[in-house]
Amino acid sequence: MTDPGLAPALAASGSVVAFEHVTKRYGNGPTAVTDLSLEIRAGEICVLVGPSGCGKTTTMKMVNRLVEPTSGRVTIDGADVASLPPVELRRRIGYVIQQVGLFPHLTVAENVAVVPRLLGWRQPRITERVEELLDLVGLEPGEYRSRYPAALSGGERQRVGVARAMAADPSVLLMDEPFGAVDPIRRERLQNEFLRLQARLRKTIVFVTHDVDEAIKMADRIAILQVAGVLAQYDTPDRLLAAPASPFVEHFVGADRGLKRLSLARVRDLPLEPVVTVAAGESISAARQRVPDGTRWVLVIDARRRPLGWVAAHDLKGDGGVDPDMAVPGSTLLQPESTLRDALSAMLASSVQLGVVVDEQDAVLGVISVAAISQTLQDGAGSPQP
Amino acid sequence: MTDEAPFFRTDWVFDNLDMLALRTAEHVVLTLIGVGVGVLIAFPLTLLIHRRRRLIGQVIGIAGILYAIPSLALFGLLIPVTGIGLVTAEIALVSYTLLILIRNGLAGLDGIAPEVLETATGMGYTRAQRLWRVELPLALPVIIAGIRIATVTTIGLVAVTALIGQGGLGFVIIQLGIRRDFDTAILVGVGLSILLAVIADRGLVLLERALTPWARAQTEGT
Repeated sequence: MTDPGLAPALAASGSVVAFEHVTKRYGNGPTAVTDLSLEIRAGEICVLVGPSGCGKTTTMKMVNRLVEPTSGRVTIDGADVASLPPVELRRRIGYVIQQVGLFPHLTVAENVAVVPRLLGWRQPRITERVEELLDLVGLEPGEYRSRYPAALSGGERQRVGVARAMAADPSVLLMDEPFGAVDPIRRERLQNEFLRLQARLRKTIVFVTHDVDEAIKMADRIAILQVAGVLAQYDTPDRLLAAPASPFVEHFVGADRGLKRLSLARVRDLPLEPVVTVAAGESISAARQRVPDGTRWVLVIDARRRPLGWVAAHDLKGDGGVDPDMAVPGSTLLQPESTLRDALSAMLASSVQLGVVVDEQDAVLGVISVAAISQTLQDGAGSPQP
Repeated sequence: MTDEAPFFRTDWVFDNLDMLALRTAEHVVLTLIGVGVGVLIAFPLTLLIHRRRRLIGQVIGIAGILYAIPSLALFGLLIPVTGIGLVTAEIALVSYTLLILIRNGLAGLDGIAPEVLETATGMGYTRAQRLWRVELPLALPVIIAGIRIATVTTIGLVAVTALIGQGGLGFVIIQLGIRRDFDTAILVGVGLSILLAVIADRGLVLLERALTPWARAQTEGT
């Protein structure tokens, strides 16, 4: 992945997406969405969340006219989408769904190139854009360009799906449970990567999920929908947890609201604590010199500063080199974007109750402790960084 | 088995190599026309019933009836109209391919994952672009499987058209073999016919592999 500090921001900020008194009824059947009015600010992630049957996916699909409202209108930057030809509208809007929907008969590069090709870009420009996007989502173009989707892992498919949705630099992105098909550990990582990407790109994103934890983590603003597409509350995650507007919202966000507020604070909000590291292969006697008295655990790292595991300080004895096999594997690695909730849960599962925070290359940045998180809890849950 | 001719007369085969080559070529041409015209008719019908689902019953029903008519009966029905000759033979051969081709074509198109189609529409493919660039390429393995079955079946059926003056290797089997009680001709005709079927089948498998490299990524990858 390219260094976010060096890479230029790729896009201007997103568009304003607004729903004005939108109702969707299927024939004489049930109402899927009821008089929904909602304005999504440019460059924000709006998460539509609610139980099944709440019309969240239907709502999202009205933005790119996969579903047409029965009444009311949807606008992008003030323009009624109904006035735009569907095919052109859709080419301007990124679209990612749960099973990703990569085309199995096209290579990774061809998948990413779909919309540019539909738009009639010239081949050199397409090739250049594909390389840029694969870099952006952390897939080495040389390795992945010519692979078919069947030869990718779930997480890799997900990244290709995101790259493809971004290909023509849309100002609006629609994502329907985009991380739903990935296991929890990879999902956490993909979410963090995506947030890091979004911090640079500032697209307007309509994000659908049924998972309230994911909503709290990803959203700038959450729209909670109840059955029949009635908007129960539209607010920032912090206010939603602090002041649920109705018993439905309170019930939906769950009884553990206090704990959930931990999802609003990120690892980067806490001061990182330094950690004593020893390199694999380093001589034990030299390492021992550097370990201050009272240190319980030291972290074994490889040549690229990636953590290999923990060694108890009192086990550093004898001669010879530090053997990485001595190391106890620690908890899941944390990124600065990880929520304190994920961090706490990872740390409690490990015998060494320290969380190792790593950068994009998995190199150690520092550690955080359970004690530091518990301090944050006492301070009344950290407030989210802008 | 006294001084009679041997069971298999190699000398007859060598004396008639030119004739056998000609009949084999004729067999290939009859098959190509039959399957080719079959594909040309089945393709638009498949697209039609894929989009207008209520026509599926009627189209498959008619193709099924055509498939069920015994070939001799069909010749009997056609001869008063189209006479004895190539047209009658090909009408029969084409009739038997339609059910297989349409059913496989439809199964191929119906077998595409719905999320792939939805994404294609959501990304801004027009209907025609989605059909030609997404649906048909993805249905290709099943479509080619249908063409394989239709081709092998047709190679077998071509022989019967020897009864109305066509037949390719069927002429060798029926007119030279069965009618004259000459086993060598029957064996050579049947053998070449089977060989043709095997070559056609293998050839189509290779064609399918060349056209669908993505279908093998599953086993090669991860």
